[in-house]
Amino acid sequence: MKTALNKPVLEYGSGFPTLLRKEIMRFYKVAFQTVAAPVLTAILYLMIFGHVLEGKEIYGRLSYTAFLIPGLVMMTVLQNAFSNTSSSLIQSKVTGNLVFVLLAPLSHFEFYAAYILAAVFRGIVVGLGVLFITAWYGLPSIEYPLWILTFAFLGAAILGSLGLIAGIWSDKYDQLAAFQNFFIMPATMLSGVFYSIHSLPPAWQVVSHFNPFFYMIDGFRYGFFGVSDISPWTSFAIVSAFFVVVSVIALRMLQKGYKLRH
Amino acid sequence: MHSAISIKNITKNYGALKALDNVSLAIEPGEFFGLLGPNGAGKTTLISILAGLVRPDQGHAAIMGADVQRNFRDARRMLGVVPQELVFDPFFTVRETLRFQSGYFGIRNNDAWIDEIIANLDLANKADSNMRSLSGGMKRRVLVAQALVHRPPVIILDEPTAGVDVELRQSLWQFISRLNQDGHTIVLTTHYLEEAEALCERIAMLKQGEIVALDTTANLLTRYGSVKKDGEGKTDLEDVFVNIMSGGVL
Repeated sequence: MKTALNKPVLEYGSGFPTLLRKEIMRFYKVAFQTVAAPVLTAILYLMIFGHVLEGKEIYGRLSYTAFLIPGLVMMTVLQNAFSNTSSSLIQSKVTGNLVFVLLAPLSHFEFYAAYILAAVFRGIVVGLGVLFITAWYGLPSIEYPLWILTFAFLGAAILGSLGLIAGIWSDKYDQLAAFQNFFIMPATMLSGVFYSIHSLPPAWQVVSHFNPFFYMIDGFRYGFFGVSDISPWTSFAIVSAFFVVVSVIALRMLQKGYKLRH
Repeated sequence: MHSAISIKNITKNYGALKALDNVSLAIEPGEFFGLLGPNGAGKTTLISILAGLVRPDQGHAAIMGADVQRNFRDARRMLGVVPQELVFDPFFTVRETLRFQSGYFGIRNNDAWIDEIIANLDLANKADSNMRSLSGGMKRRVLVAQALVHRPPVIILDEPTAGVDVELRQSLWQFISRLNQDGHTIVLTTHYLEEAEALCERIAMLKQGEIVALDTTANLLTRYGSVKKDGEGKTDLEDVFVNIMSGGVL
């Protein structure tokens, strides 16, 4: 056998495409758990709330079911984007196989981009799954597809970044579960997925405006109906600013090697 | 010409624990080098600094002249590390694992070399098996394969034969020796001192974060030739090691 040094000189490219592919393959290999299960959960929400609140109108013209579908789609996108990065990182840290990525000549930008794009991909795949399955309730109209894509991408990227931050920060599954159950879950459930904030008492309307998830859902819903609680441009500005903040935090953690390189 | 590994005044503390204390060392290209010491001596910390997994508090380290912090891309491309822990990604097969590892280094179309590594490490009939289904010895072989997949000129093996059977040990050393004969620099840590004695041309011994011995294997054995007290047989590296670690005079 000829050994490595006798081989032709290698040409190196970026490791980013491989890391992205690996992160996508990781959830694809367990698609029942990562794709089918969240779609089913969203359908159950739709069946239960759609039935209980049948006849209720939102914005004076939308049936409750029509109002709910985009919210459920976006909630699914957000939760799955968070799950993808956070579960991948915590598993890799706990089992130790993150070392294979850390040994490679990947910059913190490449690391970040691969994990976030994989999270966005999973979020959107699962969101599309929910959208198509709910089609038999009647697909909602699509007034502004660009807003839909913009908020879906930004929302998934934000939650992917939060998942990355949580995955790096957590030393054990318990800490990650706390982050998910006491921050991500309440913030998504109280973001207007199930209601318009105009139906809330004034004090809670004010509180809702401090929840960045509200702007993701509201802007996303505007893309379907052309109507929302606040201007989509305001939502876009706030969501973009939040994306920059979480991205800078995540990139800084990666650059510093926080809890990764000691 | 650059040293294969250059370590200058490296210090690393973990809180009050001084893991490495002003360690300097140069390993030349093509050497088969042994890094020995008891548990907690600082061997894995030193390797982790070379691999970029740990950042030193002071000092610099370079692989083939590339600083492991400032020029991390070149440094990591020239280094293959076999980690001490038996770690693996449970989602993938052996071949997928190796292709991913190759891709992380930005190397595409590396299947011919991957096939050669698989054949040489007797992994051919497990290539399409999931990593979870492999025995400990087989997983260890995959770790070695992962370290070689980007064809690094410098290879560090951190206790690669811990817990593996005699057959694998022998085939692994044959393969590593062949890599060394072809010009690869090999750095080995092991608690099997007879392996180090047989394979390593030069040895450094670490104790409590400091290098307490650094010489050729032959010189170390000669220096400690009189150490054997029972008068039977010749001095081996274990005697040298015990003597140095117990504070014997160099």
